[in-house]
Amino acid sequence: MTLSDTAGREPGASAAAPATATPAKTSPAPRRAGRGPAAWLAKKLSNGLIQAFLLLIGLIWLTPAAGLFMSSLRSEEDNSTSGWWKAFTSPSSLSFDNYQELLKQSDMVQAFWNTVAISVPATVLVVVIAALAGYAFAWLDFPGRDWVFLVVVAMLVVPVQIGLLPVSKLFGSLGLFGSIPGVVLFHVAYGLPFAIFLLRNYFAEIPREMLEAARMDGGTEWRIFTRLVLPLGRPAIASLTIFQFLWVWNDMLVALIFADNESQPLTVALQTQTRQFGSNIGVLAPGAFLSLIVPLVVFFAFQKHFVQGVMAGSVK
Amino acid sequence: MSATVRKVLPANAGSTPSGPTPRSRAARRRKLVSLGFLLPALLLLGSLVAYPILFSVGRSFFDASGDTFVGADNYTEMFQDPATTKAIRNSAIWVIVAPVLLTGLGLILAVLSEKIRWATAFKLLMFMPMAISFLAAGIIFRVAYEADPERGVLNAMTVGVHDAFSGDTKGYPTAHPQNPRTIPAQKDGSYRTAKSVSPGDTADLGLVGVPPKDIPKAAKPAAAASSAPAAKGELRGVVFIDFTLGGGGKPGRVDPTERGLPGLAVEAVKGGEVVATATTGNDGTYRFEDLPSGDYHLQLPQKDFAEAYQGISWLGPSLITPAIIGAYLWIWTGFSMVLIGAGLASLPRDALEAARMDGANEWQIFRKITVPLLSPVLGVVFVTTVINVMKVFDLVYIIAPGPVQQDASVLATRMWLVSFGGGNNQGLGSALGVLLLLLVVPAMALNIRRFRRSQS
Repeated sequence: MTLSDTAGREPGASAAAPATATPAKTSPAPRRAGRGPAAWLAKKLSNGLIQAFLLLIGLIWLTPAAGLFMSSLRSEEDNSTSGWWKAFTSPSSLSFDNYQELLKQSDMVQAFWNTVAISVPATVLVVVIAALAGYAFAWLDFPGRDWVFLVVVAMLVVPVQIGLLPVSKLFGSLGLFGSIPGVVLFHVAYGLPFAIFLLRNYFAEIPREMLEAARMDGGTEWRIFTRLVLPLGRPAIASLTIFQFLWVWNDMLVALIFADNESQPLTVALQTQTRQFGSNIGVLAPGAFLSLIVPLVVFFAFQKHFVQGVMAGSVK
Repeated sequence: MSATVRKVLPANAGSTPSGPTPRSRAARRRKLVSLGFLLPALLLLGSLVAYPILFSVGRSFFDASGDTFVGADNYTEMFQDPATTKAIRNSAIWVIVAPVLLTGLGLILAVLSEKIRWATAFKLLMFMPMAISFLAAGIIFRVAYEADPERGVLNAMTVGVHDAFSGDTKGYPTAHPQNPRTIPAQKDGSYRTAKSVSPGDTADLGLVGVPPKDIPKAAKPAAAASSAPAAKGELRGVVFIDFTLGGGGKPGRVDPTERGLPGLAVEAVKGGEVVATATTGNDGTYRFEDLPSGDYHLQLPQKDFAEAYQGISWLGPSLITPAIIGAYLWIWTGFSMVLIGAGLASLPRDALEAARMDGANEWQIFRKITVPLLSPVLGVVFVTTVINVMKVFDLVYIIAPGPVQQDASVLATRMWLVSFGGGNNQGLGSALGVLLLLLVVPAMALNIRRFRRSQS
């Protein structure tokens, strides 16, 4: 839905991510004369109220996550007898023991690497395959092109749930069920409609003259694609890469069904632990943070592209 | 559509050399090149997206094992099986409540954050939950919603607020008199002394059955206060724990280490009416001063034994869906706010300034100008949330504890349970999948329409 608004933006506009774009400065309203100090005071006051309210909201938003982080630094025993906020009075009781303990568990470490082994290829494949298809839909001429592309647009909102059962049967007969390649392929397939849509729209904004000139010079389509379209499409490709990577990294449902014990990612390994909630917060809390670290680093390192990608990809 | 084609590719048609053979060869070549570019995508989309849709539709007309054609039975069962109807009802709640709250909250925060200097930091903070997995968010909220106020931050706050407003007389639910004959229980759950006392007397009330963890840290030994004599017109004494840790105490007597129970209400009753009330101190002392002479019975009211307020059972069967929606809002509000904020930033400043010049107040500007101009963006947020909410799975799966999974179930979790999680009824599972797909068809149509319009 955001599609046409955000995804379809021309190259220049996409650089201005909503999050970083400070709302066009509400010019410090040239204090209109005649209102007097009372109005000025009222304005200051309401501004103070707004600040206090937003500060409160921010605090509320921060608390649950901070709570889990504090819990992850406390011993199992402390956690079972008192709340994490008690740790503020005895900071010395905090330690990274839980993390060390967690990293000693080979299945958790394995699950972490599985997550990497699923996310990286699933992202690379989506970007490559979608870039190829996006170029074809934007600049190559073949019969039925627009109809095929409409089918892709329709597929944007197809829920992954519909594929779980049939694909698990299909993978079963192909020997892919329960393996990392199976999980990757499923992610790629369900990531493609949005990826193709995003890149096709972006590529379509490239000035026609540039492509025509390249074709006149005898450039093959492959050469035009790699030398011209890909470099020009970099902003969209960056957004797509980050969005897809986090999407796959954070997935639980697909891996829950298509991965077996050896190939399960961190999310699945942790969810089995949630079944005995309460008794093992010492594993869950640091585990959750282990799974959070990569997305958070990506988030802060590439906020601009991330926000852009999420905005465009919200339809999924 | 045809407009696009013409616009996009006029060059090829004209620039190819004339003559039928080279032209058709070039056309075939072009088709082959296009196919090469498209092949990987088409293969994957065809086999893993398109084919499963057809398969699911077909499979939904067969029974659990897949051998017998049952027509629409799976679809009728969907609306009869109580567990599945529950899931459908919960999904309906989600679809109605979450988008409204999310759009409203996003709008308010977007408008307000325009007025502060640290808007960027605020947006960043609010947007952060979008980066993390539903699983991690689920664990975060599972901990925050913990029922025990000693451990769950939400209930710790709820109890704090509750106690601040309703007074904090501490209840000792397990306590009872050491000697039920001298202090018998009344019908209403209170305890009243059998013997009467008069001003000038002292009376010590011994209780037992208070587990050590319930005894406040402030509680002090009661012996000294117990031996203090009553003044004229004063009725006093202690309420104490008639139990010496490690043994050695005598029942009915205040032994040196035995502690008073603070915070209890003690009532003086005359002729069945409560005429005075006192509260015990840290050493368990209570005092009634200036009581008119006469015979009184001492009473420990029911509230002394009431269960302490334990907060709200967020993860219980009745509140589980609202609780999970709360976690969902935590994740998605940043998205809604940033998207609406981007819309706000692109509003024509002139219109707003003009309205301000004309003396409109902020509320009028908000209602009459901002909201109407923003309605397309608000629509986008709303529809996006509707689509997302229909598919919500991980959050429900993680936050709802085992016994309340049923009460929290939504279409996606039900579908998973039926097809994979033990139900093993792939017929019904496929039907639920098809239902999910049907529910997003309007969004699909909307997408196509928008796209076609943007192309023409």
